[in-house]
This record gives sequence, structure tokens and C-alpha cells, in this order.
Amino acid sequence: MFSRAYRAAVTVPPLIWVTVFLLVPYLLMFFYSFWSVSGSQAIIHSWNFENYRELLTIDVYWQTLLRSMWIAARVMLFSLLLGYPLAYFLSFYAGNRKDLFYQLVIIPLWVSYLVRAYAWKTILGSDGVLNTLLEYVHLTKHPLDFLLYSPFAVVLTLTHIYTPFTFLPIYASLEHIPRNLVEASHDLGASPLQTFWRVVFPLSIPGVLAGATFAFVLSLGDFLAPLLLGGPSGIMLSNIVVSLFGAAYNWPLGAAISLCMLVLVVSLLFVSERLEKKWSFS
Amino acid sequence: MSAENSAVQRSRWLLLHAGVVFAFLYLPVAVLIVYSFNGAGVGGFPPRDLTLNWYRTLFADGAIWESVGNSLLVAAMAVVIALGLGTSAALALDRAQFPGKALFRRLVLLPLILPGIITGLSLLMLFNSDGIKLSLLTIVLGHGTALISVATTEVFAGLQKLDRAQEEASLDLGANYWQTFWRITLPNLKLPIIGAALLIFTLSMDEIAVSFFLIGRDNTLPLEIWGRLRRGITPEINAISTIIFVFSLVAIVLWYRLRVSAEGASEIGAELVDTAAQGD
Amino acid sequence: MPRLTSSNELTPVATAASPLLRIRNVAKSFGRSVVLRDVSLDVAEGEFLTILGESGSGKTTLLRIIAGFENATSGAVWMADQRLDSLPPYKRRVNTVFQNYALFPHLTVEQNVAYGLRVARRPEKEVSSRVEEALARVKMTAHAKAKPSKISGGQQQRVALARALVNRPQLLLLDEPLSALDANLRRQMQVELKSLQREVGISFVFVTHDQEEAMVMSDRIALLRTGELEQVATPQEIYRRPATAYTAQFIGHTNLLHSEVRGGIVRCSSLCWKAQLPDGPALFSLRPENIGIVASAAPVTDGSVRVRGRVRHHAFHGATELLQVECADGLVFSVRTASRADNQSAVELDFHPADAIVVRESVDRT
Repeated sequence: MFSRAYRAAVTVPPLIWVTVFLLVPYLLMFFYSFWSVSGSQAIIHSWNFENYRELLTIDVYWQTLLRSMWIAARVMLFSLLLGYPLAYFLSFYAGNRKDLFYQLVIIPLWVSYLVRAYAWKTILGSDGVLNTLLEYVHLTKHPLDFLLYSPFAVVLTLTHIYTPFTFLPIYASLEHIPRNLVEASHDLGASPLQTFWRVVFPLSIPGVLAGATFAFVLSLGDFLAPLLLGGPSGIMLSNIVVSLFGAAYNWPLGAAISLCMLVLVVSLLFVSERLEKKWSFS
Repeated sequence: MSAENSAVQRSRWLLLHAGVVFAFLYLPVAVLIVYSFNGAGVGGFPPRDLTLNWYRTLFADGAIWESVGNSLLVAAMAVVIALGLGTSAALALDRAQFPGKALFRRLVLLPLILPGIITGLSLLMLFNSDGIKLSLLTIVLGHGTALISVATTEVFAGLQKLDRAQEEASLDLGANYWQTFWRITLPNLKLPIIGAALLIFTLSMDEIAVSFFLIGRDNTLPLEIWGRLRRGITPEINAISTIIFVFSLVAIVLWYRLRVSAEGASEIGAELVDTAAQGD
Repeated sequence: MPRLTSSNELTPVATAASPLLRIRNVAKSFGRSVVLRDVSLDVAEGEFLTILGESGSGKTTLLRIIAGFENATSGAVWMADQRLDSLPPYKRRVNTVFQNYALFPHLTVEQNVAYGLRVARRPEKEVSSRVEEALARVKMTAHAKAKPSKISGGQQQRVALARALVNRPQLLLLDEPLSALDANLRRQMQVELKSLQREVGISFVFVTHDQEEAMVMSDRIALLRTGELEQVATPQEIYRRPATAYTAQFIGHTNLLHSEVRGGIVRCSSLCWKAQLPDGPALFSLRPENIGIVASAAPVTDGSVRVRGRVRHHAFHGATELLQVECADGLVFSVRTASRADNQSAVELDFHPADAIVVRESVDRT
């Protein structure tokens, strides 16, 4: 139905932009990862695998990767635990206040990440709101210092940020379940609990997978929360990358790590997508 | 009836859970807002010395307002770029077949889910190797690139709702492609486009990860705040945070209302997750 | 009715004489809008009962109350001497075939049919043999391993039927199950459903808005109008002796004659005939097929009424034609005759007063 000129007109501009500003930069990153940096902070275009060898052999990179994945896994788990019942409540029990509750959930989603991370920083510090509150009501005598500058703070903050993220696709998939399936299940003798496990939950799996993937992937690559709240024990992969592009000036190494993250993320997305397809039945 | 009783019980537990989650989501920001009026500083309990001092300091702070101006400028230009290219991309995905379409689609949507620093870093390397100096322009290019995906998903969803027969009717009645686009297609995409513009603007104003690497001499607001955080916390930051919160709140409620009037609320879920990934 | 057994215990038993399902004075409102007003109905064992009505008549709501998805605002439902409406849907020996089939998309045909049995934790051997039997009965054995999205609408409908029947419910509810099928398939399924019901012997309560469907399939029809029962009778009875004007018009075509009775004579415009009726206004229903077209010269057989008119419109239906004939005084008759060879517009109509059935006016309840 649409003429060639029309189709070319809409395709070419974004195609060019995406090539120049996405494809080429990723390729550059790929190239950089094989170069190295000289003592005088100049980038030498000599092709080698040094950076990758360093990543594979030096402990601190593995430790940081594992720590990042562990943090991401916990964020994923907690935000699912918080988000799923919330989505279920909204979809099946909220009736005509559904709309209001929905807005209440998505508002925090859009309100500045920085503001929210900063809020936790002021709350969790040793002079922060939480500690002084606990001392005020005599629950503790000294400030709890694991609250801030720890993986705990990072997991807490990221869970706070990403729970609405996991909520959304789960809610969307629950809403897509025709209510007559629930009625049919009851009609055939299944109690509400049986109906949930046999009908509702299986049909919501694509949403759960999508939400879990987002929470995991975005937490994995997060650099703001660990920088503000992580302290030395909460350093994640992105922080290393940032310093390699800053004070520790080693762009090629930083590029190598970035590339690894890119590959990791894309693979996770790929796996998740395949699983989602397998579990979607409409 | 026992069936009704257990249903009521279930809904009570779920309501309690929902309450806990909402508290978790809103309390930190509520605390932040309260303490922006706290004379004694960001911490300490209970809050006392109600004061507007921090807001006064904020309004006198030239550097912050300069960065606000920068951010507004960047956001406006990012909207133009991302919206224009995103709409175009959505139309291309909906209507054109070309080799590499699958790759194109993935590339366009990738910055949504990829950690922002990767997008920022790769662009840094691009600009560096082309000898382009970092400035607000590079930030604009970065935001524009990262946020094309937001416009694409919104407009694409809007295109699915558009009845193809309307455009066919327009062509049948003698309008050419260009006229059909302006008179039929675009007006039907009004709501998704405005919604996308609002979203892109809000996300650009808050963007840090990409901006971090592409910043020149002029700061955007988030980076200005970030810089101060490294030096030490003052409740002035609470004050500016509160103001940001209020503006975001208004923008998002507006966006939501626009979207709901265009389609059902539950449809927003799927695209939103993708677009929300730009939060950092 | 409780009956004393030989051991002197009171055992509630549903005898052949007592109905399986008793609906007593059921009313239902959603907020301000009243959907059902005082409905009382019995369903006998082994009977095929159709609840017939337009959209908005409350028929689906009534079905949902029996199934357990809605609670009646007042009134009671009994099944075999036990209160049915105090039980949640998953405890009732009632199964439903839903309008859009409601097959579970993530389960195969086989798993769908087995669902009720598995939930009840029946032993696997029993489950597989009963499922096999159910699938064979609806002729879906070949598709046992398919997912619902891969089979046609008609096939989904059979699976929904098997899924409900395999549980051997005491009562099967069918909510307009054929409305999504095309005309030919629908007719075929009507026949199949009817013979299935005979085979299985379970009471079927079937909801539809299609009066033809109701007449083809039912042992009895319950006509529902704006929340109240208009008439409950066998198809023959309801067709030949409609109780109200609404019934006469809803089921088949009819001519309604507003008349006045005085001294044993019915007068309707220029027509009159003898009838043993009290003085006053009367409404008659006269079916188009009971009006004949005669040659004007033909002698008047005793008691029959003659009237002349002109054919204003005719619709060809293959074997028959439906004519709109306008007579003196503006009376318009619908007349059904065998297809005519000629197209004469001036005709003479003839009907026997015995075919004019007295009907009540239908009360406007809106």
C-alpha cells in the first residue's frame, strides 16, 4: 500500500542515525578493547588480547562480576516478591480503584533516580533518619553501620528503584488473562488456590520473565547506586569501568569490560526472550 | 459463606502487602521532602526547626539554575531529535521491509535495556576518535540516541491501534501519501506523540549515565547535583530534589492521562517497562 | 422430598417425580439496575431446557447464578434437596460450557478435558480412561495433544463440552455455545448436542437468543423477558398457544389483531367472527401460515373469515413466500403461502377463527 518513496523516506533517516550513533560506536568499542594504553596515557592501536587476558586472570574482576551478579540476583528476587502480589492485587482485587493504584505505582518509576538514591543515602547514614529514629525510640544505642556503604544499601536502593519495573509486565500479563478462564477453573472444581497455580500463574510467566530480566540486567549495569551507597564493599562492575575512563585512565580495558557486559546482557535478553515465547500461549 | 470469607481474607492480606509496597516506594521521597524544610540538616530524628532557608539558598544558587537552563535546552533538543527519528523509525518498522530490518529493530530498542553507561561510553569513543569536543551538543546527541527507543515504542503502539482502512480511504478519495500522512496518520498519532515527548523530556532531565561521559564544561542539572554530592550533602539538595519530584509528578500524571484516553491502562505496561529502563 | 427408608432414617431423595433443580423467587440487581425479578423455574432430570431471551433479558445472569459466579439478591436455588446457592462454584455438581469456550491456552486438549478430574485428584488410570471416553464421544480423539489455539472454533466447542461432561455433573449449563459458529456448523452442532444429551441423560440448561435454535433442541422452553418468565412450555405448546403478545411475536412470525368482543362477536376493523369470550378488548395472535389465499369465487367454509387485500411486498423463501397484504381499513397481514406461480397483487385471504389465539398484552417493565 505504501509507495517506495514513502517507505524510503521513513526508513533512511533513522537507519543512518542508528548506524552512526549506535552501530559504529559499538564497533569502536569492540576495536578499543583490543588496543592498549601507553605509559603517557596515549592509546596505542596495537591489536592484542591483553585486556581480555587481564580480565580473565586477575581476581578483582571476577570478584566484582560475581558480586554484581549476586546483587542483581537479589534485587531481581526481592522486586519480584514485592511486585507480583501487588500486580495480582491490582488485577484481581482492586475493582474500580485499579486506575488510581496503577498511577501510584508508576509515579515512582519516573521520578528521578538520582533523587530516590539520594533519599536513601540520607536515610541510611549513621546520622541518617533511620538510625536516629531507632536511637530516638531506644531500639538501638549505636548507629547501625551496615545500613550504608554496603551491598545491603545497594540491594535496598535498587529494589526500591526496580520494583515498579517488575510490576509492569507482570500486571500486563495478568490483565491479559481472560476472566472466564478463572471462572472455568472454578466451575471444574478447582479452589482459588488451585486456580492460581494451575491457570493464573502459568499464564503470567512471560510477564514474570520480562520483569525479572529487566530488574537483573539493569541492576547488573547500574553505577549510580553503588557509587553513592555502596562503599568499598559494594563496588560493582560499572564502577570499575567508570574509573577506567576517569582517574585510572585505561580506555581499552574499560572498553573490554563494557563489551563483556554488552555480550552478557544481550545473551540474557536472548535467553529470556526464547523462554518467554515458549511460555506464551495467546 | 465460607467461600466469601476466605476471599475477603485473601483480599485483606493482598491489600496489606500492597500497602507495605506503597510505603516502601513513597516513604523515602516523603522523608526527603520533609527534611527539605528541616532546619537542622538532612539527618537526625525527629525533624525540627521548620524553615524555608534551604529553598532560599537554592534560589540564590546561580550554578544550579545555570545547569537547569542547560538541562532544559538539552531536553528540548533531545525531544526534537528522538521524536522525529523515533516516529520515522516506528513508521519504517510498521510499513517497510528491508534487509537488516531485524537488526535495525534490535539496535533501536537496545539502549532501553542496556545499562546507560555502555551507550555513553561507546559514544564517547566515537566523539573522541573523530576529535569532537565534549559539550552540551554531545550530550544532546547522546540523549537523542538513547531516547529514540522511547518514541519508537510509543508511536509504534499507536500505529497498531490505527485503523489501516482510514488511510486506505484517504488514498481512495484522492489524497496522496504526503497529504494522507498529515491529515490522517499524524492526527491519529497525536496522543502517543505528545506522550512520548513528555516522557523523553522527563527522562532527559534526569539522565545521568550517558551524560556522565559526554559532559563538557557545562553541567546538566543531575550532574551538577552529582558533583555537589561528592563534596558533601546539604539540605539544599533536598530542596532541589523536592522541586524535581513535583515537576516529574505533574509530567507523569499528565502523560498517564493522555495514554489512558488513547487506550486502556493495561496496555501501557508492556511498553512502559522498556521505556522506563532509561531511568539511569 | 424426604422419605422414610426401611431403617427409619430420613433420607432426602430426589425421586423421579421431583425436579433436579428448583429455582425459587430468584431476583438479582446490580446496583440500581434490576436484571432478574422473581424467577421461579424447575428443571427435571434428564430434561433439555432452554432459557430463551433477548440480550438484556437476564438469561445469562440466571445461568451464572446457577453456576455460582453471581449471587442472587434474593430467592433460593435448590439441587436435589440441598441448597445450591450456599456453595461456591467449585463445590457444585454443576459444570458450564462457556460462550467463548474458555479453554486453557497453556494446556493441551487432553489436559483441558482432564482438568476437573486432576483437580479432584482422581487416580491417573481413571483420569486417562474417562478422558479418552469423553474425547471419543465428541469425536476429538485425533486432536488430543493439540493446543487450543491450533484447532477451529467448532472443535474448541467440542473440547469445552467434553471438559464439562467428563466430570459427570448432575446438571450441564451451556451459555450460548453455538453463537460463534457459522450457520451450517451451527445447525449440525444443534443436532449433535441434542443427541448427546439423550445419550448421556444429564439435564441440560441451554441459554440462547435464537428462537429457532430453542425450538429445534428443547424439551421445554423458558422464555425470559426483562428479568421475568413470560412463558414456560414445550416448543409445540409455546408456538401453537403463546400466552402473551411478546411470546407470539418472539417465537416465529405472527399477526396481532386488536379486537373488541361484544355479545359473543369479535370485531376487528371490518372483520368479525363468533367467539365465546367475555365482552371487552381482546388481542389475537394469528400465524401467517394459518392464513390462506383463495380464489374469490371459492365458497366460504363454515365460520371462516374472508377479506380482500393487495399484496404490498413479498419475500421469496424458496419453498414458501411471505407476503405483506394490505386490506381495507389499513389492516396489514403477514401471510405465508407455498411459492406462487403468478404474481397477482389482488388476493382474497381466508382464515379460521380457531387459529386466532387469544394472548395477553405484555406488561411494559422497563
